[in-house]
Amino acid sequence: MKPNGKIIGFVCKFCALASFDLGPPPDIASGLELVEVPCAGRVDARAVLTAFESGADAVFVAGCRTHECLNLSGSSRAEKRLARVGEILDFAGLGRNRLAVYHVSGTHGPRFDKIAAEMAEQVSRLGPNPLSIRKQPERSVDHDCCRAETAAGNN
Amino acid sequence: MIVAERKPLPEITESIAGAQKVLVAGCGGCVTVCLTGGQNEVAVLAAALRLEQGVRGGAATVAEATVERQCDKEYVEKLAEAVRDADCVVSLACGVGVQFLSEHYPDKYIVPAQNTKFIGGTKEHGVWEERCGLCGECILASTGGICPVIRCSKSILNGPCGGSSNGKCEVNPDTPCAWSLIYEQLKRLGRELSLSTVFPVKDWSKSRDGGPRKSVREEVRL
Repeated sequence: MKPNGKIIGFVCKFCALASFDLGPPPDIASGLELVEVPCAGRVDARAVLTAFESGADAVFVAGCRTHECLNLSGSSRAEKRLARVGEILDFAGLGRNRLAVYHVSGTHGPRFDKIAAEMAEQVSRLGPNPLSIRKQPERSVDHDCCRAETAAGNN
Repeated sequence: MIVAERKPLPEITESIAGAQKVLVAGCGGCVTVCLTGGQNEVAVLAAALRLEQGVRGGAATVAEATVERQCDKEYVEKLAEAVRDADCVVSLACGVGVQFLSEHYPDKYIVPAQNTKFIGGTKEHGVWEERCGLCGECILASTGGICPVIRCSKSILNGPCGGSSNGKCEVNPDTPCAWSLIYEQLKRLGRELSLSTVFPVKDWSKSRDGGPRKSVREEVRL
C-alpha cells in the first residue's frame, strides 16, 4: 500500500533510536524515514528545511530528555534552534506545526510508536506539504551534514 | 570582525519581488564567523526562499554560491558565472560586500540580506559585542585597552560622566561604564595617575566627519 504522507525524523542514536529499536514497529499509514544523528543538537535549520524541500509533510527531531542528554546541552540546544526554524516555516507558508521536537528516554520502547502516531495524525490534520501538491520534482534528501558526523563518531 | 544580522525574511522577499532567477551569495569572512552569512546561512536562506516560492506558487529559482570574501575583487570575480545566470543577487555579506558586488556587476540588481551592525568580537558563542568605533586615531594605549569612543555611550574622552553609577552606565544598566572599567584597569596596572592628563578635543576628521576614508600604501601596490 502506498504510504499516506512522508514523515522524516532526525533521531539521536543514544536515546530515540534506541527507543525505536526497543519498542514495537510504528503502526502508521505514513511513510517514516529516520535519519540517525549523533545528537539532536546537531540538527540545524539547513537539515530541516532540506527535509521539507525533499517533500516531507512533517519533520520531527527526537533527542534525549533535557536532563539526560549525553552531550549535556544538545537536547535543549535543539529546542532553541528549532524554535527559530519554526519562524522560517511560518514565513514560507508551511507553518511551524509541521515540525515537532520530542524528548525521549532510550529505555522507553513504546514511546516511539506514540511519537510516530502523533506525527501521522498531525500530517492527516495539516494535509500534504504544499510543495508536493504542486508536484515539484522530488529532491533526494541530503543529510550528509548529519551523517558525516555520525561516521566520524564511529571511527 | 564585522558583525551583521540577517534582515527579516519578509523584507528580503519584498526587495527581490519580481525576480525570476535569484542568487544568494555568501561570504566566507566575518559574516561566516558571526554565523549570519556563510555557506550554511546561504543554504538556509536559499531553502527558505525556495520553500516560500514553492508554497505561494512562484516560479523563481534560487541558486547558492559562497566565496572566500566579498570585499576582495579577486573573489568577487569568481561569482561571475553564477551572477550571469541570475537577475537578482541577494548578498549575505556585510555592506562592504554588497557594494563590491554592485561595483563589479553594475548591470545586476544586488540587494543586501544583512544589516551590518558593528565591529566587534565574540564574547561567547552566540554573543558578539562592539569594541571599535573606527575613529581613525587609536587611544587604547592611554585608556588601559578599553575604548571610551565606542564603549562609553557618550564617547566621552575625559570621563566618567555624572551618569555613571556603581560601575554601570545610565543609558543602559546592563552596560558597564567604560570609564569605570578604564579606571580599574589603569589602577591594576599602576598607571591611574595617567588619568590626570586631559585628553585634547578629538580630531573627528580622521573618523566619519572627514567623509569616506581611503587607505593607500604605495609599497604594496602592484
